[in-house]
Amino acid sequence: MANANIIQFKHVTKQYDNDSPVLDDVSFEIERGKFYTLLGPSGCGKTTILRIIAGFTEPTSGEVFFNGKKINQVPANKRQVNTVFQDYALFPHLNVFENVAFGLRIKKLKNAEIQTKVKEALSFVNLSGYEKREISEMSGGQRQRVAIARAIVNEPEVILLDEPLSALDLKLRTEMQYELRELQRRLGITFIFVTHDQEEALAMSDEIFVINKGTIQQSGTPIDIYDEPINRFVADFIGESNIVKGKMIKDYLVEFVGRQFECVDMGFNENEPVEIVIRPEDLEITSLERGKLQVKVDSQLFRGVHYEICGYDIDGNEWLVHSTKKAKVGTEIGLYFDPEAIHVMRLGETEEEFDRRLETYADVDRHGK
Amino acid sequence: MENKLTRNLYKVPYLLWILLFVIIPIALVLYYSFFDIEGHFSLGNYQKFFTPVYLQMTLSSFWYAFLITAISLIIAYPTALLLTKTKHKQLWLLLIIVPSWINLLLKAYAFLGIFGTYGISNSFLKVIGIGQQQILFTDFSFVFVSVYIFIPFMILPIFNSLNELNPTLVDAAKDLGASKWTTFRRVIFPLTIDGVKSGCQVTFIPALSLFMLTRLIAGNRVITLGTAIEQHFLVTQDWGMGSTIAVFLIIIMVLIMLLTNTRKRGV
Ligand SMILES: Nc1ncnc2c1ncn2[C@@H]1O[C@H](COP(=O)(O)OP(=O)(O)O)[C@@H](O)[C@H]1O
Ligand SMILES: [Mg+2]
Repeated sequence: MANANIIQFKHVTKQYDNDSPVLDDVSFEIERGKFYTLLGPSGCGKTTILRIIAGFTEPTSGEVFFNGKKINQVPANKRQVNTVFQDYALFPHLNVFENVAFGLRIKKLKNAEIQTKVKEALSFVNLSGYEKREISEMSGGQRQRVAIARAIVNEPEVILLDEPLSALDLKLRTEMQYELRELQRRLGITFIFVTHDQEEALAMSDEIFVINKGTIQQSGTPIDIYDEPINRFVADFIGESNIVKGKMIKDYLVEFVGRQFECVDMGFNENEPVEIVIRPEDLEITSLERGKLQVKVDSQLFRGVHYEICGYDIDGNEWLVHSTKKAKVGTEIGLYFDPEAIHVMRLGETEEEFDRRLETYADVDRHGK
Repeated sequence: MENKLTRNLYKVPYLLWILLFVIIPIALVLYYSFFDIEGHFSLGNYQKFFTPVYLQMTLSSFWYAFLITAISLIIAYPTALLLTKTKHKQLWLLLIIVPSWINLLLKAYAFLGIFGTYGISNSFLKVIGIGQQQILFTDFSFVFVSVYIFIPFMILPIFNSLNELNPTLVDAAKDLGASKWTTFRRVIFPLTIDGVKSGCQVTFIPALSLFMLTRLIAGNRVITLGTAIEQHFLVTQDWGMGSTIAVFLIIIMVLIMLLTNTRKRGV
């Protein structure tokens, strides 16, 4: 068990002065060789987690393990971790070669070996031939690659990347997303990637930690998190969603907008107040009669692949629909959805309680068959 | 049209200043340097400068200026480094800068009292059992007081360049395995070298021509080019020779400025 986990946080709290904690009782495990993403809004504590892993700051309380050993007291320069900083932090007085060679020179490697390794790392990030360039002569995307080369050349067990793509324009960013993911597969080292961009997180990760206000809200694969958001924050943050208040009448039956619907969720108390999530792409435009819900179309935007239609039901709830069909602004339309499209969220449920409830489902399913 | 006129008008005070206080004085100094003590035109002064007496003086000026600069740097760099790490760094910096606002002569006289035969320092030496020493009028006291006077000018530019240094670069060095000392040697110092250069400039150049201190604190034991100029103008009335030394001093200063010229590196 202990060996599959390369990094482990146990009840880590970080507090500056007497402010409210930046990280509040954070526990998680990082498995070797996977691509992890810390996802959350700006100021939620993502960088702080990276800085604690790298050793630039110490946690106020709690324990950090690396390869099963507690490393709270190990200084940054003695850790098997390299960082790609948000602003790249390339040394302006050194050229590209010397920037990449920095870590190797400190390890006092032989010059010939340094030459080979730096060349190799630069070709890994498609920067062969740029050795003699000054950092000031490199573009943003190129600097970012130099920063990655400087990290991978040391062959660390873990690479930390702090919003490395946020300074790039959209096209370059998408390109780099592919390249980074590909790089991680080829190298087979653990990547911990920080971003506030949910699409980026969904596209790249094996595992996502959604963070808000210094606590991990939910962790799981992109699909888990997208399909089964634990609370309103996660549902809202990961992709677009329609969230309305409802009531769980009994297992497999939920009520919202004054009507009862069949659903696939269970394990709630009878008549428990809940929140309902339906993703815009799970809603289908249909005739008024066939629709399970009726909304009045308020606005419509053409988004390229689909239309984004916004309407209101009789209770005044807003409904966002992604559809390839066009609707007419001002008319009433019907919305159809499958029971599977309804996702029911318990109010104020923690991740542990949520996981336990999901497990009971699985049991019921098994017994049911 | 009018815009151009007003722009030129703004330049007038500046140009007037340069003319009155830079160009004319230098021209006058140059002019006087070609006259001997009787008022005849000659190149004799320049010949005289290359005699052992003056060369010796130049050498000793350089030596003391070098000592003062080196010691100031050795004290100022760690101090500036420490300052940037304190919480109220601007306040601490101000406290170090404030003494430099006090007139140089006042400070010199204060040291006369402190270092004098019956001053505090000697009382202290007596208490700890070393006994009374001759402190005033020694090389030590001259260098000590000069360093005291120049240190704020050394600290300020170094502090500024340290303050501008991106702290993530220090994190990056640590991240790549550098110890504290290696980080300093490979990253912090090279990136603040511009501050060090301008600190050395504003210390070394004035230190070359110090003259009041040489008399008050060093008791004329230290003769620098500055002292020589003063002596020629005020005592021997040999304005020609005084000017010649000044011409050389100006040339040396320009050379030092060019040598330590800071090129800005952009990222
Ligand atoms: N050195 C510090 N002193 C005080 N507060 C800090 C310090 N560093 C970070 N913080 C605070 O911690 C919070 C989380 O910061 P950070 O981890 O950088 O967030 P993120 O990377 O998710 O945007 C922020 O509110 C920030 O103001
Ligand atoms: Mg951040």
